Amino acid sequence: MISLAGRDILHSWGKFVLTGVGLGLLIGVTLTMAGVYRGMVDDARMLLNNSRADLWVVQQDTQGPYAEASGIRDDVVRSILGMPGVARAANVTYLTMQVRSAATDVRAMVVGFEVGQPGLPGAPGYLVAGRHITRSHYEAVADVKTGFLLGERVRIRRHDYTVVGLTRRMVSSGGDPMVFIPLKDAQEAQFLKDNDAILNERARTAANPSLNRPGVPGLLQAIQASQASNHNVNAVLVQLKPGFEAEAVAEPIRRWKHLEAFTRVQMEEILVAKLIATSARQIAMFLVILAIVSAAIVAFIIYTMTLGKIREIAVLKLIGTRNRTIAGMILQQALGLGLIGFIVGKVAATFWAPIFPKYVLLEPGDAVRGLVAVMVICALASTLAIRAALKVDPAAAIGG
Amino acid sequence: MTARLDMTEPGIRIEGLSKRYGEGSTAVDALKDVNMVVAPGEVVGLIGPSGSGKSTLLKCLGAVIEPTAGRMVLGGETIYDNGWRITDLRALRRDRIGFVFQAPYLIPFLDVTDNVALLPMLAGRPNAEARARALELLNALDVGHRARAQPAELSGGEQQRVSIARALANRPPVILADEPTAPLDSERALAVVRILNQMAVQHHTAIIVVTHDEKIIPTFKRIYHIRDGRTEEEAGQGLTL
Repeated sequence: MISLAGRDILHSWGKFVLTGVGLGLLIGVTLTMAGVYRGMVDDARMLLNNSRADLWVVQQDTQGPYAEASGIRDDVVRSILGMPGVARAANVTYLTMQVRSAATDVRAMVVGFEVGQPGLPGAPGYLVAGRHITRSHYEAVADVKTGFLLGERVRIRRHDYTVVGLTRRMVSSGGDPMVFIPLKDAQEAQFLKDNDAILNERARTAANPSLNRPGVPGLLQAIQASQASNHNVNAVLVQLKPGFEAEAVAEPIRRWKHLEAFTRVQMEEILVAKLIATSARQIAMFLVILAIVSAAIVAFIIYTMTLGKIREIAVLKLIGTRNRTIAGMILQQALGLGLIGFIVGKVAATFWAPIFPKYVLLEPGDAVRGLVAVMVICALASTLAIRAALKVDPAAAIGG
Repeated sequence: MTARLDMTEPGIRIEGLSKRYGEGSTAVDALKDVNMVVAPGEVVGLIGPSGSGKSTLLKCLGAVIEPTAGRMVLGGETIYDNGWRITDLRALRRDRIGFVFQAPYLIPFLDVTDNVALLPMLAGRPNAEARARALELLNALDVGHRARAQPAELSGGEQQRVSIARALANRPPVILADEPTAPLDSERALAVVRILNQMAVQHHTAIIVVTHDEKIIPTFKRIYHIRDGRTEEEAGQGLTL
């Protein structure tokens, strides 16, 4: 038996392909939306992976350093290093800001890390060009997504930094590329005020009689010095010794150091389930709407195509064609349309995903799930047309 | 050309056939005690004004609507006797009745050969055998040279010949032709009637031609007039084609 659906598709392939392309672009958008969600999750995981930490120690009663602001003293790291099970610990700061270059300014997450100790958590893991930071000040390593070039001078707050190395896929949970600078510079950039503010603050302190007592020499200078320096960081990243459970190390830190400590699992929960939860729901809503729109379009197209063949269907039924053969023809056409649409959509999404400003991760698993969903939607959408075709009276082929 | 009539086992025998649409005061008797006999190899005309019951009779014979009462015998087998005697009407239409329509109604996405071969294929014949049968019929009807063409590429006369080939594809004992010459000019209309007569004889098929076409009415040897649901038989001129 010949394939009636196949012959019909071959006969009017232009109409089928054009319809499939239209549907495919819609499917491409759907796949891209799924890719945007996957990209957000991957960015969050990448942030955790790149930090190479087993524990995140942050200010008590906060969910920092990525989801909430957190500030702890930079000498806390020494007491953390003395805790059982801690192999290495390092201070880090995170600040999302506009980093200016000569040409433009770029939204980036500026990461302050402890320079000069290779392998410490928080440092850039690998470089794709240039070298690591070797000086204590005014050198930076940037993610390639910033668009900065090796040797380029970038400005972060009051100082200029030379880009000495480039790294890749070092992004914040929001997808902003990272710029790594020495910790001391980052503390200054994040916590210190500008010169005018410092000057005004000094004047205010000097005018305060309780802070500027004539009988206490050196008090004013000490207070002003403390105001002009900062010893806060956002978090201490901890690597564990082999054989130690993260939760077992975290618990004493929470209990005795009056700090919050998150394990990798807990931090992933904060980033994926909380930080991007609203965005994920937003995308899920888009996916549902796009699926409904796709189903409606397929149903409408197949229904219209079937209505255009009512007389032929009546003739087919009159000459003895089984209902299931006719239903099969319509179903196969709907599935064919879905297949063309899926191929066009997948190719389109693959081509346009890299153009998106944020990371779009097209996973093979999502493609397979998408194909199954498209086929199911097309099959369901064809039922309307099949119903119409099965209602056709073979007597309609005989005039009168 | 003379049909070899065999009234002992007619291709079509209808006895007391009636069809009522609706019920009660709104009931309409479309057919009333219709009697008709068509021998194998014979082509008879069925004529009548619009609304006289021609199409209803054709639909009853084609097993697409159920009569109210009466008896119908096709190819020696009783298919209706105050109720269907056949359970699979779809198979009956496929295997035992050929249809030729006013417009050819060829399947536009199948080529000429497959339009004809579709019926044997639906009956379970292998594709090669079905296509061989189709080519045999197309050659007999002088459209073999258009076997690979699409229906839209054929002239009206060629399309009608292909639809006749399709009607004959499963060697049915009966062909029902509904205004087969309506869209054709005189020359082509007479050609179609000539072909139907040839095919009736060659394939031993009983053919009923429903028509309004004045050009072809004189060609029938027997004509059934249908008026207000009743048939009257009269002898036609039977002009030699």
